[in-house]
Amino acid sequence: MNRPIQWQIATVAAIKPETAHVKTFSLALPDWSAHRAGQHYDVRLTAADGYQAQRSYSIASAPERAGQVDLTVERIEDGEVSSYLHDVLVPGDKLEVRGPIGGYFVWEARQGGPLLLIAGGSGVVPLMAMLRHRAAAAAKVPARLLYSARAWDDVIYRDELAQLGAAGSGLEVAYTLTRSQPPGWQGYARRLDNAMLAEVAAPLRGAPQVFICGPTLLVEAAANGLVQVGVPSKQIRTERFGPSGGSA
Amino acid sequence: MTDRFVSRGFVGKRREGSAAPNRVPPGQHEVKDFPVLSAGPTPRVRLDQWSFSIEGLVRQKARWTWQEFLQLPAQPFVVDIHCVTKWTKLDTRWLGVSVDTLFEHVELDPRAQFVTAFAQGGYTTNLPLPDILNGRAFVAYQYDGQPLAPEHGGPARLVVPNLYLWKSAKWVSGLRLMDKDRSGFWESLGYNNHGDPFKEERYTGD
Repeated sequence: MNRPIQWQIATVAAIKPETAHVKTFSLALPDWSAHRAGQHYDVRLTAADGYQAQRSYSIASAPERAGQVDLTVERIEDGEVSSYLHDVLVPGDKLEVRGPIGGYFVWEARQGGPLLLIAGGSGVVPLMAMLRHRAAAAAKVPARLLYSARAWDDVIYRDELAQLGAAGSGLEVAYTLTRSQPPGWQGYARRLDNAMLAEVAAPLRGAPQVFICGPTLLVEAAANGLVQVGVPSKQIRTERFGPSGGSA
Repeated sequence: MTDRFVSRGFVGKRREGSAAPNRVPPGQHEVKDFPVLSAGPTPRVRLDQWSFSIEGLVRQKARWTWQEFLQLPAQPFVVDIHCVTKWTKLDTRWLGVSVDTLFEHVELDPRAQFVTAFAQGGYTTNLPLPDILNGRAFVAYQYDGQPLAPEHGGPARLVVPNLYLWKSAKWVSGLRLMDKDRSGFWESLGYNNHGDPFKEERYTGD
């Protein structure tokens, strides 16, 4: 079991803008293997003189889609790799990647639930992989997503989340918009707090499996808050990125 | 084949004026802030309940309370740290007790070859004994002149700068000496058993 995860040359099959600062890159992989939702790929860029830069990006797609993975990437101001992906890469280009990587922040349908997912900004990406997997596997696991974004236009996967959360799906999506809200907004409009966490978690019967991904401050608030409202620490899995942590 | 691959149109942001580019291991980039990464909620450890133990293959266990630990000779040290998530932070300033100093309080069994560092919340990580001897590892309780913050592993964390930062167990509560190697938390979940950043030992089999 000590076979290294090899670098391979993927082909960019499609690039889809998600928001003003976020794009999804569909990569066709010569050596595809099914990932577990929540895992990531490493991307390595090499300049003509041999200079290299690497980053990790969460997989957005479900493992049920063979041969391809989607990486959803936020363009970070001054980001060395994300700016290349956003500004230079076009369909047909080659991209060196290796993965899938990571064995803890993962959810497979057979792990059951209920599932409580908490996202801040582009932290929604690995959680989307879980929700897409849940749908593709026709899992009936009750699930709730609490998604914190600055504004409605910053919400990634808005339309698809509405479809996934349709009546009878067993998924409910709650939003909090922390900076600005559209007219008539009925969701939350503040930073995540314990009252919000308790409201979102309450309808889930039994101790949920919790996955939290986002900036450090949000993850700290969500994880500590859930512990305070009675969710056992062991049920809470986190993935964090600081200003230049995991996702630049 | 992969060595010859060039990313079309990629130039990259060279570290102009970087003090020492050879201090940034392959695949890493330098950051100025101090990102936080951990697998679960941050444990809150009360100082009156804190302890640090050395156990396993030692003649007699050692255990310190927080007050006792503060009495041990501590030293300031400045090191570069490297997280497997690709960031490197240069010249981080710590205060802590070297593992050599801690081991002066126990008699190591000659069969001891490996160490498991264990932490509040159940985290473990494994290290070969030589990687934490001769000034290579510390139990640190101050960062940048301040008490170590909980999200960075306070009250005290292991600091092993020669290995990726997941080896520097946050909220560390002891070391267990063993004759055989035993995978820790991340080492059982796809991450490299050793974790030398300059050899880019990130994942299993690297």
